[in-house]
Amino acid sequence: MANAVRDELRFILNAEVVHMRDVSPTLTLLDYLRLQRRLTGTKEGCAEGDCGACTVLVGRLGHSGLVYETVNACIRFMGSLDACHIVTIEHLAGVNGQLHPVQQAMVDFHGSQCGFCTPGIVMSLYGLWLQTPNADAAHIEKTLQGNLCRCTGYEAIMDAAKAMADADNSGDKLIVTHDTIAAKLKELSDGIRVDIETSSGRLIVPGSVDDLGEILQTNPEATIVAGSTDVGLWVTKHMRDISPTVFINHLAELQEIAEDDDGITLGAGVTYSDAFDAICGTAPTMGDLWDRIGGEQVRNMGTVGGNIANGSPIGDTPPPLIALGARVTLQSGTDIRTIDLEDFFIDYGKQDRAPGEFVRSVHIPRLPEGEHFAVYKISKRRDEDISAVCSAFRVALDESGAVASARLAFGGMAATPKRAKAAEKALTGQPWNEATVDAAMAALQSDFTPLTDWRASAEYRMLATKNLLKRFYLETQGQTVQVTRHKPDMAEA
Amino acid sequence: MNDASNARSSTAISGGVHTPRRHDSAHKHVTGTAEYIDDMAEPSGTLHAYLGLSERANAVITSMDLDAVRAAPGVVGVLTAADIPGENDISPTHRHDEPVLSDGTSAFYGQPIFAVIAESRDAARRAALLAKVDYEDRPHHIDVVSAVEAGYPHVTDPLQLRNGDAEGALATATNRLSGEMRIGGQDHFYLEGQIALAVPGEDDEVTVYSSTQHPSEIQHMVSQALGTASNAVTVQTRRMGGGFGGKETQGNQFAAIAAIAAKRYNRAVKIRPDRDDDMTATGKRHDFHVTYDVAYDDNGRIEALDAVYAARCGFSSDLSGPVTDRALFHSDNCYFLPNVRLRSRPMKTDTVSNTAFRGFGGPQGKLGGERVIEEIAYALGKDPLEIRKANFYGIDERNVTPYHQVVEDNIIHRIVDELEASSDYQVRRKAVLAHNAKGGVLRKGISLTPVKFGISFTATWFNQAGALVHIYQDGSIHLNHGGTEMGQGLNTKVAQVVADEFQVDLETIRITATSTGKVPNTSATAASSGSDLNGMAAANACGQIKARLVAYASEHFGVPAEQVVFVPNHVRVGNQLIPFPELVRQAYTHRVQLSAAGFYKTPKIHWDRQKGQGRPFFYFAYGASVSEVTIDTLTGEYHVDRVDILQDVGKSLNPAIDMGQVQGAFVQGMGWLTTEELWWDDNGRLRTHAPSTYKIPLASDKPKEFNVELANWSTNKERTIRRSKAVGEPPFMLANSVLEALSMAVASVADYRECPRLDAPATPERILLAVERLKKV
Repeated sequence: MANAVRDELRFILNAEVVHMRDVSPTLTLLDYLRLQRRLTGTKEGCAEGDCGACTVLVGRLGHSGLVYETVNACIRFMGSLDACHIVTIEHLAGVNGQLHPVQQAMVDFHGSQCGFCTPGIVMSLYGLWLQTPNADAAHIEKTLQGNLCRCTGYEAIMDAAKAMADADNSGDKLIVTHDTIAAKLKELSDGIRVDIETSSGRLIVPGSVDDLGEILQTNPEATIVAGSTDVGLWVTKHMRDISPTVFINHLAELQEIAEDDDGITLGAGVTYSDAFDAICGTAPTMGDLWDRIGGEQVRNMGTVGGNIANGSPIGDTPPPLIALGARVTLQSGTDIRTIDLEDFFIDYGKQDRAPGEFVRSVHIPRLPEGEHFAVYKISKRRDEDISAVCSAFRVALDESGAVASARLAFGGMAATPKRAKAAEKALTGQPWNEATVDAAMAALQSDFTPLTDWRASAEYRMLATKNLLKRFYLETQGQTVQVTRHKPDMAEA
Repeated sequence: MNDASNARSSTAISGGVHTPRRHDSAHKHVTGTAEYIDDMAEPSGTLHAYLGLSERANAVITSMDLDAVRAAPGVVGVLTAADIPGENDISPTHRHDEPVLSDGTSAFYGQPIFAVIAESRDAARRAALLAKVDYEDRPHHIDVVSAVEAGYPHVTDPLQLRNGDAEGALATATNRLSGEMRIGGQDHFYLEGQIALAVPGEDDEVTVYSSTQHPSEIQHMVSQALGTASNAVTVQTRRMGGGFGGKETQGNQFAAIAAIAAKRYNRAVKIRPDRDDDMTATGKRHDFHVTYDVAYDDNGRIEALDAVYAARCGFSSDLSGPVTDRALFHSDNCYFLPNVRLRSRPMKTDTVSNTAFRGFGGPQGKLGGERVIEEIAYALGKDPLEIRKANFYGIDERNVTPYHQVVEDNIIHRIVDELEASSDYQVRRKAVLAHNAKGGVLRKGISLTPVKFGISFTATWFNQAGALVHIYQDGSIHLNHGGTEMGQGLNTKVAQVVADEFQVDLETIRITATSTGKVPNTSATAASSGSDLNGMAAANACGQIKARLVAYASEHFGVPAEQVVFVPNHVRVGNQLIPFPELVRQAYTHRVQLSAAGFYKTPKIHWDRQKGQGRPFFYFAYGASVSEVTIDTLTGEYHVDRVDILQDVGKSLNPAIDMGQVQGAFVQGMGWLTTEELWWDDNGRLRTHAPSTYKIPLASDKPKEFNVELANWSTNKERTIRRSKAVGEPPFMLANSVLEALSMAVASVADYRECPRLDAPATPERILLAVERLKKV
């Protein structure tokens, strides 16, 4: 059956409904705004989603209705914005040009110096203010993880962010227009495939998951783009051709989060932000890790499915998911198979995914009662950095206090995310005490031969990995052995 | 007559000096309407240039096939060294060692070797990747120590500072120790990258919009590369999205290429490198290797110091001479060195040419000096603060620097005493020691470090400035000066000075883009000198106009000149109170010139580099900080728990802006000493060239508790603009206390018996490896 096809994107930009036909699969939102619309308030600082100068809000219809989230316009492709509401700094101006309360707070507290990062910071704070006007310092800092400022030292920005709590947000433009915009986006979400071919490539937005399956069967070489937090850089940094490009971030079926007694199942398109609540329920410390993946904008775009599908040896989610025994479901056409996540990673850059196949979902078992678990990420900078090492530890003790089972999984230590079989063996059956841990630390030496690169030396990676096992042990003994900035979330403790 | 001006206060002006006015562009920053060069409406037909970069650290280029580049879609042309009509050189110190485009060699990995000009930036960028370049490799040395060992030359003449007899005093030392320290570089990471837009004019004229701290130098370099006179080139800078020294000389290359292409194709040309290329192809803060040999008595008082500061300068001199000089000028920090020999080694390396960066060598100089203090403290088993105090410059004695300038304005004792008390340093230090005595994984450290920073360009002739002030017939004032606005609030401060001079509200004054056509022969906005120099030049211009207005009023109204007084928004002439715009209008009709070019040169300073003697600095700015940190001895991770700062800014022109400078400089300095690490691979390729790999501080890295105070009792002993002091660079070095606090936490694992000799940046990796090392002591 021939599907209906639409040959244009439709979205709302600030107050204007836009129909766009001539759109390349690699056209970024930032270039569209700056070059085609001359909306130059949004800045390019890095073109890789790490500085936040290009932060805008994107409103999309999720399971709970219309939500506005901060995203990095520099690595967000236009093809992923069908039926979305794009809100830029230019939309904040009040009638008669008066400043928005968030902007006014930034002025009053001297929150800008050179001003180049400022529109992005205003947009991040605006996104926060819409949801949580009276956020505490920890929440504000988390919101600003993806916004670099080189001038102020952030103190004045933090003061401004705390002060904006005083402003009532009920009259805010996006709150007032919420229902109208939601209705308009619903109207634009017609479930029809978008297929646009230009001289610079072809972009496809499937109408449904079945449609996606069909598209990939006929275009097995297509690049699948969900959050584009990685693929975005293939384009902006490596000038790679990714056509034909299939955008999947909008597919409702891939956004499902199912919870049962055993654990949770995340659709491949679920973003880190959307997954947060469910993931916190799987095992202790998962929420802490989650808060350190990228910055807020990246967490609003990036997906767990994408983190897995890319197979990076330094992806943050595979180590804890492997330790928890996660399984990944892949779909090819309408055929579906499920494998252990640890088996998905074959070698560097090589995953168990056939052409035309896509990651459909990942199932993450909840940590059984009584077992010990922790995941630790080590990076040069605490937040918004890529792991030097990411280590997940899970042990079950028997009644005698001996280790009944151990699953230790690591990122940054090998060509793929990988379990430490020798260390696991050294633990299993042994009493859970310092001597056993020392033996397992020594065994890690035979599990891994890490690399030296700009994130860490081989020596440090090995030493830190061993010591993290010791940290894990000490924490199971009730000791506080981590540096913390803010008190851990009580729900997490 | 203007009703609005009538409504203005006659009791006080708004926005005069010493008031915390907001940044003049704040409302534009927050609305995204502040215009940066990439935001400007492009002239019709604007072309875009992109650089082709070499891929060898040290090689001869044996062939360069650019046919595919030329044939790529949208390409208009390709420029190589042969296409430069004038001189292929942008060396800011005129040593002729820095080409616009390299000619036949690759002097570092990432050196620009050609430029593509195309209809769009994307087309130019894609085309640049199509070049086929063959190289013949030569051995390369990217590290300063490796360059020294390989016998590499200096890129510029080294400096030696001597006072007393260092060698003799070392030979008869009470106690003596020696050591070495590595200090990493730093990328500026201005949020707005390098950019230039050149618009061709008639004859040989060209206008260049450049994100630069030094429009006059851009003008000179562009005219040199074009082979035209300076009067054909106009350079304009409204604002930068951050500079920090990275746009003092590094904009030359981009401006030159844009201008050459603009003249060649007779179309406007814009050039803006991607962040990765910006970080690869432009210079950074110098890395240093410091060796020291020190003699000291049993109280920790220094008897003699002999130190060598070797710096990774890169392939050319750029500003490495003055940078390494300033490192020596600041290695004494606040300490009297009775017998001293300091030597610089500006080493050539096969890396990008390093350049100015906030502090300009001073931070590295100071860090080396502070390491010496730390070494003595650990050797004697004392609090480093005690050693610091024992070595502070005296007021009337022990006050001569290694460059023979007498420290005449020393306030470090009061600064440190006040901070020590307000931060509760002694009690907290006891608590830190008690915490560490319990053992455990988490260790703490606390440190108080002082700063004394010399203000003035050490090249004496740079200490001059111009300004241009017009009053129009409606009484509104147009202000232009030679300084550039990079976020530091210079324009706001200078406008406050002008408001104060005329006693008019700040809103009366419009600040306009820096232009070489309005104020010529300017110095870089650098060395923290912006408001000192330009504020004075603007005041001078105002003074000229005021004198004319006074003369006119005195004559016209028949009152003595002393009875013509500028009062808020009015001029009192005898018994009459005339609104300022009214007097201006009258003066105009009586043919009084209402415009003036102001000028200022810093008095008292002189410097003889050959002798290593003089008074290079007009005055010193002081400050001190206390940092408390916690480290994790299993992973090396750490956190800055609390920082207290007391900074001397003289009598602040604008306390709000100065506070922002102090906070921002501290966090930037903290980044330099903690997470900002430059990492080159074995091929000499910089692998930390974007924010994904190069980590500057985030909001969640700033000190958890951050108490910053300006020393409100301070006033500049010298006659600076309204007795204020420079603020841009000095507080950067307050971050030294973070490194030393980390060091103390590390030292605790060996019960403080040994100085941890922590190199910078103290990444978690360096902390952990230092902990492991000390555990074995």
